[in-house]
Amino acid sequence: MIVRSAIPRKLVDFGVKVISSLAALLGITILAWILYEVIKRGAAALNWSFFIHLPTPPGLTGGGVANAILGTLIITLLATLAGVPTGLLAGIYLAEFGQHSRLGSLVRFTSNVMMGIPSIIVGLFIYTLLVLPKHHFSGYAGSAALAVIMLPIVARTTEDMLRLVPNALRESALALGAPRWKTTLQVVFRAAKTGLITGVLLAIARVSGETAPLLFTALNSPYWPTSLNRPTANLTVTIFNYAMSPYTDWQEIAWGASLLIMSAVLVLTVVARVALKEVKK
Amino acid sequence: MNAAVNDEPLKILPYGALSPNKKNPNSSTSCEAAAPAAIQPKISTRNLSFYYGNHQALIDNNLDIAPGNVTAIIGPSGCGKSTHIRVYNRIFELYRDQRATGEVILDGENILSPSVDVIELRRKVGMIFQKPTPFPMSIFENVAYGLRLHYKLTKSELAERVEIALKRAALWEEVKDKLHRPGTALSGGQQQRLCIARAIAIEPEVLLMDEPTSAIDPVATAKIEELIESIKSIYTIVIVTHNMQQAARVSDFTAFFYEGKVVEFGPTSQIFTNPSNKQTEDYITGRFG
Amino acid sequence: MPGIYLFFMVQRVNKKIRPIKNQNIQKKADRVFHWLTALSALLILALMIGIFWELLSNSRLAIQKFGFKFLVSEVWNPVTQEFGAASSIYGTLVSTAIALLLAVPLSLAIAVFLVELAPPAISRLVGYAIELLAAIPSIIFGMWGLFVFAPFMAEHIQPGLSKALGFLPLFQGPPMGIGMLTAGVILALMILPFISAVARDVFRMVPAVVKESAYGLGSTTWEVTRKVTISYGLRGLLGAAFLGLGRAIGETMAVTFVIGNDHTISKSLFSPANSIASTLANEFAEASEPLYLSALVKLGLVLFAITILIQIIAQLWLKKIGQSFGGSL
Repeated sequence: MIVRSAIPRKLVDFGVKVISSLAALLGITILAWILYEVIKRGAAALNWSFFIHLPTPPGLTGGGVANAILGTLIITLLATLAGVPTGLLAGIYLAEFGQHSRLGSLVRFTSNVMMGIPSIIVGLFIYTLLVLPKHHFSGYAGSAALAVIMLPIVARTTEDMLRLVPNALRESALALGAPRWKTTLQVVFRAAKTGLITGVLLAIARVSGETAPLLFTALNSPYWPTSLNRPTANLTVTIFNYAMSPYTDWQEIAWGASLLIMSAVLVLTVVARVALKEVKK
Repeated sequence: MNAAVNDEPLKILPYGALSPNKKNPNSSTSCEAAAPAAIQPKISTRNLSFYYGNHQALIDNNLDIAPGNVTAIIGPSGCGKSTHIRVYNRIFELYRDQRATGEVILDGENILSPSVDVIELRRKVGMIFQKPTPFPMSIFENVAYGLRLHYKLTKSELAERVEIALKRAALWEEVKDKLHRPGTALSGGQQQRLCIARAIAIEPEVLLMDEPTSAIDPVATAKIEELIESIKSIYTIVIVTHNMQQAARVSDFTAFFYEGKVVEFGPTSQIFTNPSNKQTEDYITGRFG
Repeated sequence: MPGIYLFFMVQRVNKKIRPIKNQNIQKKADRVFHWLTALSALLILALMIGIFWELLSNSRLAIQKFGFKFLVSEVWNPVTQEFGAASSIYGTLVSTAIALLLAVPLSLAIAVFLVELAPPAISRLVGYAIELLAAIPSIIFGMWGLFVFAPFMAEHIQPGLSKALGFLPLFQGPPMGIGMLTAGVILALMILPFISAVARDVFRMVPAVVKESAYGLGSTTWEVTRKVTISYGLRGLLGAAFLGLGRAIGETMAVTFVIGNDHTISKSLFSPANSIASTLANEFAEASEPLYLSALVKLGLVLFAITILIQIIAQLWLKKIGQSFGGSL
């Protein structure tokens, strides 16, 4: 019997190891590259007037995006107020009532599918539902679009987190004669608190960087967001508009806004991930 | 209550679950708490069968639980002991595919009848689980939780009740200075006593204990056994246990379950000293299980 | 005796408090609670159906006017009110194909690194970095793509490609940076984290014993990966690729920034192109005529139908695998 030389096998093995290490390195490089460029270019654009002034027409210096910062906060807050409670309730249904029911598995499946629907489609849906009949764009419509995106995310993470709570805890509350709703809200929710907060934070992080669903719902505006019944300024659409403009000072402001949004999203994500690691322990 | 009742405990036992050793009254010395003949059983189970989906886990159980006594249920794993007591407070109903047939009569009322309110039932029938299940709240709030559910109390009354319950659960001395620390910060044995305090705070009549010491160290186990001893005059206790010494130590009556059936039931002393059934004997002497 | 003392205490206690008799209220509250949660769950279903219905009914005008020809016509002219989706669909499919071609092998390599090669500490660190990459909003990829990566492509990558593979029409034409290829590469970078995360989980599910026995036969790491790990987790990896596909196909902002937004189908990957999502993002707010609007909504409907199909296949697939792996995926 002829012994097959191990050398070519070892060479191939070595080659694969090099390639896969390089791939990992590439991933890190891209992350570092993006972070570096956004921080470098963004920081250059940040100053006081960026945070406290309204935008100025191109050519005039000293403008800021205070209205868009405020608008993004309001739109996201409103979306959270609408999307999170509904998502929590739907999650409760999935974990506590509908584990094995047909409706439960249908809703679970639909949520998974819905999380994969492009956010621009959700924007389109809200446009036809809320903008088209009223003939004007509005901050409310923007919030509605973000809430629709949040709903399945919050529902599914809530379900997962409630599932981690041992059944013995539910049983002991019910065995004390607690009604189902008190058992869920007072005992199970408390036990799953960290996980639930994490889920909500991740959902907020996810929508606060969204642009596509706001493009034809909230649109944008150069004014303060005095009424949500009108087009409402927000950071992400501002970035899009300013970046696509031919004016370099607008492009600089777009970088500043990018840094702001990216930091907010990454901080939310990191906080949520760290909390999630605690839960999984 | 006196030793004279010892030859008549059968009145509260079903269908001759026990018979040959009737004439052996002096075998029991720990039976002074056994119910007098005239007393109604607290809980009588009649033809109770139980199903997990298509699998039948209990077959025609008949069992009478004497009031103010400790009844132990023993048997090998999977014999249906836990399943049996999970019918008493209808906690099994949480699971869609589980169902029970037959009757469980508590104070003359069939608790399996749909007209019985489970919330009221569970106020009367408390339960302690295998693993301690402190709620994610403070020690005080854990005990107050059930009280608030069922009673309208002023702040001071509430505090008083919590104290009484913790004292009765022999935990007061250890926690009185840290009532507002989380319940989960206690040791395993303390957590289990906290759960007992939580359960007895709402003044149940029956206390179900599903292997309450299986997750706890021997010292803490001894404490809980003492606790059972001290509260058994107040409550009707049904305890499921894996540990035969424990059954012998704490209970007045013992039921031996095997493959979903009540094989033998009688005063504890008799079951352990003179079992009438071969399977019981084999189990008790450690030949299987 | 403590027993007696306790007994009396209990008597006293029992006299003092009476349970609240509010079972009916609690029962009602429970019913209301149950219904509220069920309604919220149903809302998810309703929204899904609502999206489909709204898109369908609002594209009626375009459906009546253009029918199925919409899908194959390349003309997109708001002035003459002629609308065909062919270039958008083509751009969507091609940019997604480029993204998958690049991202799938890269993700597999990263997963191999994370599971088989790296020491635990480094594996965790790289894992975090990849997760962070997944969290970066699409518009940031857009900014970086437009101002940093597209010029980089034009200067360093595209000239090289032209030189090496310029005999293919795919790589001919002026290296502008902006265009189909850059969009595909950026998409690849965006879906890379998702695919590698799933691939990592799949690799980790291969039982240690199975791997050990393969190593025990004298296999190299690569041989174990190729013959054992990959074949063991093949179905999971397919699911991962599908998830990546679903993400790439509807990605909007990053693509809109760099694809060039041109309604023509070009042989060269260097040329500007467009995708369904980028067309919507660019033109929707300006569309005023009903037919133009309706055509755009119809474009959305096409995208919706494609993603729904992909998602349903991916979810069913993952569910099936999850069951055969004991539900841990």
